[in-house]
Amino acid sequence: MTFDPAAEAERVTTDILADFASGRHLGVVVDSPPGAGKSTLVVRTAVSLAAAGERLMIVAQTNEQVDDLTCNLSAKLPAGLVIGRLTGSGHGVPQRLAGLPNVLVDEKAGNLVSCEITIATAAKWAFVKDTVWPWAIVDEAYQMRSDTLLALAARFERALFVGDPGQLDPFSVVQNDRWRGLTWDPMQSAVAGLLRSNPTLPVHRLPVSWRLPASAEQVVASAFYPYTGFRTGTGPGDRELSFDTRAFGRTPVDAVLAEAATSGWGFLELPARHTMRTDAEAVAAVADITRRFLDRGTVARSGDSSRPVTPDRIAVGAAHRDQVAALRTALADLPDVTVDTANRLQGREYDVTVVLHPLSGRRDATAFHLEAGRLCVLTSRHRQACVVVGRAGIRELLDTHPSAEPVHLHEPVKFPDGWAANQTVMGHLEAHSIAA
Amino acid sequence: MTAISSYARARAVVAGRAFSIATRRHVHLSDTPLVFVPLAMAGEASAPLAAMIGTQPDKPTLLLVPQPRNRDLRFGFAASLADIVLDYVHSCSQRVEISANEQVFLDAPQLLVPNAAGVGFVKLLGRSTRYRRTTGPYPVPPQVPLLGRWLTHLSERSEFAGSSALLAMTSALGMHWATGQSALEDANLAALLGWIDPPDGVTGPDAALAAEDPLIWPPAGPSTDPAFDNEILAPAIRAWTDAATDSPKRHRALNTLERALRGQLEPTWQLMWRAIDVLRRLPAADSVDTRWTTDRRDFSRYHQYVTDGGLPQARRDGAVAAARKLRNLEREQDLYDATRALEDPLVMANYRITGAAFQGTVVQVDRDRRVPGGKGRAVTRPLIVVSTTDPAHLAISTKVQAPTRSGQTGTIVQIDRQPDTTLVTLELSGGMTAAKVPPPGTVPEMDEHITYTSAYPESFRKVELPPPDQTPWTHGGPPKPYTPTNDDAQEVWE
Repeated sequence: MTFDPAAEAERVTTDILADFASGRHLGVVVDSPPGAGKSTLVVRTAVSLAAAGERLMIVAQTNEQVDDLTCNLSAKLPAGLVIGRLTGSGHGVPQRLAGLPNVLVDEKAGNLVSCEITIATAAKWAFVKDTVWPWAIVDEAYQMRSDTLLALAARFERALFVGDPGQLDPFSVVQNDRWRGLTWDPMQSAVAGLLRSNPTLPVHRLPVSWRLPASAEQVVASAFYPYTGFRTGTGPGDRELSFDTRAFGRTPVDAVLAEAATSGWGFLELPARHTMRTDAEAVAAVADITRRFLDRGTVARSGDSSRPVTPDRIAVGAAHRDQVAALRTALADLPDVTVDTANRLQGREYDVTVVLHPLSGRRDATAFHLEAGRLCVLTSRHRQACVVVGRAGIRELLDTHPSAEPVHLHEPVKFPDGWAANQTVMGHLEAHSIAA
Repeated sequence: MTAISSYARARAVVAGRAFSIATRRHVHLSDTPLVFVPLAMAGEASAPLAAMIGTQPDKPTLLLVPQPRNRDLRFGFAASLADIVLDYVHSCSQRVEISANEQVFLDAPQLLVPNAAGVGFVKLLGRSTRYRRTTGPYPVPPQVPLLGRWLTHLSERSEFAGSSALLAMTSALGMHWATGQSALEDANLAALLGWIDPPDGVTGPDAALAAEDPLIWPPAGPSTDPAFDNEILAPAIRAWTDAATDSPKRHRALNTLERALRGQLEPTWQLMWRAIDVLRRLPAADSVDTRWTTDRRDFSRYHQYVTDGGLPQARRDGAVAAARKLRNLEREQDLYDATRALEDPLVMANYRITGAAFQGTVVQVDRDRRVPGGKGRAVTRPLIVVSTTDPAHLAISTKVQAPTRSGQTGTIVQIDRQPDTTLVTLELSGGMTAAKVPPPGTVPEMDEHITYTSAYPESFRKVELPPPDQTPWTHGGPPKPYTPTNDDAQEVWE
């Protein structure tokens, strides 16, 4: 039997909508692999509820996510319905929302009572009082911390929680083990806490990643979604990178570009060395590869449509902020290329990504650098190809630093394990390795 | 480990003594700290064996449990410890001031233990004693549960960044000096102090090496040296247990035990006071006093709560309490990190090296610049340009502050990277009074040497959480309230 991604995705989406709208459950959780149409689901659910005359609230994590969602919703909303965008004080009216006729922007929830849909960041929702919405949609719920959900949970009766379990866990500047093992541990993600307190809630999984190319299915699924897996919406050969110009001479950079164009993956391996975090050679290599993609006139084909890979279709990712700063400086002539940390690349999509491996040049592998979510975000933002730059010896580093995190009583073991995920990804990248 | 501390460690190795990573003292030191060196019986994390405790270097009190497996003796130990601790707590609550409509004691207890494991022991001891009942089955002296609550209070307070209520001496020293040894070796107080303050004519590494001999420097507890356990402690405990009550044999056995344990505790006791002297030599940073006031306020509140007959601290935080505590912990951590850097150039160096702060010279000042403000009136927004050789990895529109000019915020307008220098243009606001022309001194002058940092203390709005009895379904619903029962007394001490 052949797998029809569109039909399969549609079946799951219909199930989710029916489950949520039935009102049988206080909450419904939707797990979504990278690029599986999470926003589409949120918009569709919101529109169908609003069109049925229901009032709902939407929670997203960052202002950017909220504005993205507002734009998408605004385009799909039937005439006569209005979206209320609740902003923080001093935030003003976001530029791209200013011209939308069915969007009201205000700092006070009281001024938006007439709106069918009210949307704001989780941080803003925490300050709204008294009003209760019968329905809520929480987007990127795995990025939200459990204590944030606690602050706004009184605002809704039922909620749909949508998010990607493979991405980075929420973060705290505080290290404290005192709540380990408690089902309401405030440091865990909102969904983790929700499911531990309410283990009977239905959990759905979106089955198809529309973003990732077929070449990423096997490695991303086995490294980061080992028990649930996913399929890609496109098959082998549906996506292709080609270059307008031919390589000049034989350089490792062109070789890694060629590898990435044919296989969807490339790993530029620099000679082994222990370096500072802002490894100048690695930074230069990342910048060279990025620039080369643009210089060579890269064209991305998806199905029958082709388009050139412009600077805004390329992202450069790294683990630390100082690495990002160094990369930005190295790419100062290409301001449209997105350069950011894994945390900030979450939920974004590009044709090509160039990644500085979090373990490159390191002497140790800490929990931060081994975190599965970090590598998952970095290696699953692309529609076409992902090129990783790293120093030789990452495999050996992993072998000498097995994860040694303490195990706490009553705390669910988190899968995938970051160390294993790193091994899987490195094992895959080695097949696409080009020595610099 | 930051680049600065790695560098400092390398310097320490080369120099053969500890290298300063702070110019000022960032912990409060009470005039009369209560120094507490506990020892536990091997194999049981919270079975007290002995302790040396006191507020004066020459007057330590030795407490011991001649048979640590005996439950009654443990409570006897807890009772005598409670006498000392409660006396000390009482001595801190003698004088009050009124601050923000609140009675705040002028003093607060400060408990100093040798190492992080000592803090863990205080926590466990507090947990083992705070639910004990003074009536019903297994009654204990009334001061025991009270001791448990104060120890718990101190150990919970110590989780807050910048609190000096309960300090591990190794961490307090490690905050100010980097040594040439590993973090694991730094957990040994004798070795750490050997690097920081070696005896005359001895290098740091040699002093640290000498500290590894358990005969000269017994472990600082709570765990004891295994050789001591086998060869001295075990026979002494056996002799005490085998002897009849009140027999001369038992008295002799007790004397032997006391001598042996004193020998184990005394060197660490001396080290603790030496460490206090070393730390006192550093001048205290400005905000140390502010943070100590927070400790004092917290102490005063808890003192009031205990006086009013409040229940002992819960075994576990409920959902709401946990969330509230996490927010408070985070707020104090941010505040502490930022103020520490503002007050200490060596701490600020960590921020400069990652590009979150920069130091440079003012090369251009447009002090009378006025722009239209939000309410239609013109407002003064001087522009300055700072030339720096620091990495300065900051995004446009980031807000920064100078340690020397709190109350004035700079917004980064432009960063111009030149081959040998980086020019950062800042728009200043605040701290210039309402006058049309900023008064002299309120705007940085030409050629002024200045530091700007993006990490500075900011006010933040408190999120309102639901009351515990309205904990939402997402977090398991309202918890059952705690009522003390006789079952609490049955709990095993382990």
